Amino acid sequence: MEQEAQALVDEFAMFDDWMDKYQYLIDMGAGLPRIDDAYKTDEYRISGCQAQVWLRAEDNDGRIRFTADSDAQITRGLIAMLIRVLNNQPARDVAQADVSFLDGIGMKDHLSPTRKNGLDSMIKQIRLYAAALAAKHNTTSQHRATT
Amino acid sequence: MDPATLPRIDPDTLRADFPALSTHVYDTTVAYLDNAATAQKPRAVIDRISRYYESENANVHRGVHAMSQVATNAYEGARAGIGAFLGVDDVGEIVFTRGTTEAINLVASSWGRLHLHPGANVVVTEMEHHSNIVPWQLICQETGASLRVVRVTDEGEIDYEDYERALAEGAALVSIVHVSNTLGTINPVERMIDDAHGLGVPVLVDGAQAVPHGPVDVKALGCDFYCFSSHKLFGPTGFGVLYGRRELLESMPPWQGGGDMIEEVDFDGTTYNHLPHKFEAGTPHIAGAIGLAAAIAYVRGVGFDTIQQVEADLLAYTVERLGDIGGIRFVGTARRKTSVVSFLVGETHPYDVGSILDRLGVAVRTGHHCTQPLMKRLGIPGTVRASMSFYNTRGDIDRLAEGVERAAAMLS
Repeated sequence: MEQEAQALVDEFAMFDDWMDKYQYLIDMGAGLPRIDDAYKTDEYRISGCQAQVWLRAEDNDGRIRFTADSDAQITRGLIAMLIRVLNNQPARDVAQADVSFLDGIGMKDHLSPTRKNGLDSMIKQIRLYAAALAAKHNTTSQHRATT
Repeated sequence: MDPATLPRIDPDTLRADFPALSTHVYDTTVAYLDNAATAQKPRAVIDRISRYYESENANVHRGVHAMSQVATNAYEGARAGIGAFLGVDDVGEIVFTRGTTEAINLVASSWGRLHLHPGANVVVTEMEHHSNIVPWQLICQETGASLRVVRVTDEGEIDYEDYERALAEGAALVSIVHVSNTLGTINPVERMIDDAHGLGVPVLVDGAQAVPHGPVDVKALGCDFYCFSSHKLFGPTGFGVLYGRRELLESMPPWQGGGDMIEEVDFDGTTYNHLPHKFEAGTPHIAGAIGLAAAIAYVRGVGFDTIQQVEADLLAYTVERLGDIGGIRFVGTARRKTSVVSFLVGETHPYDVGSILDRLGVAVRTGHHCTQPLMKRLGIPGTVRASMSFYNTRGDIDRLAEGVERAAAMLS
């Protein structure tokens, strides 16, 4: 997780111009693991974003696997960036994940207030999914231990 | 006035009156094209507010001392100036509010509670701002009345036949927007008021987007209520105006209780102050009133002839420059418009285009512009909106057009 986060910071550091950073984000969005269209419903929609964002989490044996999409390309790039770092990691780690790499990229300081709110909502939802999954596994392992 | 007789306008001189237009964002000077959200303030307004706080600050209406008298004179003098701007001599008809939103809430709560009942209709249109929808929904829920929503055409004009049908079905009140914040459409409010009055139906006009762009005489219009916000008219935020016909305001109960709105308070019964103070509970936004009066004096100095001439040119130039960009789609092509241009570019999301423009120092608004029902009616998630004021230049529009072209290339 940390390696991937550092890789992102390094990649963004290559661009001096914010237009190039935006272009890189847009391109990154194209590689996002896409949510199945069937899940593009209110249940999976993240509120607080000006663009629509859908995010789904699946249990992959204690690791959390995300799929997502957005109707806006920069937003899709932002969520792709988060997922690249957090995808397929143990749920427990994702629930407490350090997202300070966003500051390293300059993402949080340089986003508009609405975009920043949207990004915060995405992070919050990712952590909620992960905490729920971690709790589920915790209960299961405790159950195993006591029986 | 014949445009040929107007003095030559020097845009740089006008711009120099607005310090915020020199603000640097991302190492470049901002091209501020978000005037429908809020307008910048001229130096005259900033200085007047500073002078009030530096040397005149005191509470109004109740002081025995000299400074309170100075503040009261300035505050009530502002009311007279604001009234004159709307063509109103009777200052009792000029109620100060926090803005257009509060003005509509005041009428909905006070007038609505008195007059609405099950079976009564409040007529609005599909192009209303949320602030002219939600207050009516709240009072309709409370009183059992209904909203009758008049259709808007694909071009973004009111479907007048549907308006006539709505009146014929029976209406308790018409509450309509003068100029659409999203589309810039100038609605035929004179005719709409006449037709409503023909059936004895009172009319409220939301003038938030109208007053910065042209003269409004509420007595000539004949409307029953008219409201606007100071901050869109180059004045301070948090302040606005409700004009109401005296007869209606007299008949309406107070909305909020507190100091200043009473004549005599007794636990056996309280009597209320005369107009307009009956509707102004608590210490008011004194600097707001004084600042708005200064803004109006500034606008009068520039003159609406000049303002309309400059803005008509900016509107035409924006449509021309953006129209050359492949995939552009204008949203709102009414015959009569203010200098507001809403658009979409190909399949791109407005939010993406707005974010890229922002990085280039071009300030626009994106999204639904607090008109979600209108977006649903037009079948779009939102638009990019450039809204121009008289202090904008063709140079600002060139930066907008170049930015949109760049965004279109990046997002293709």
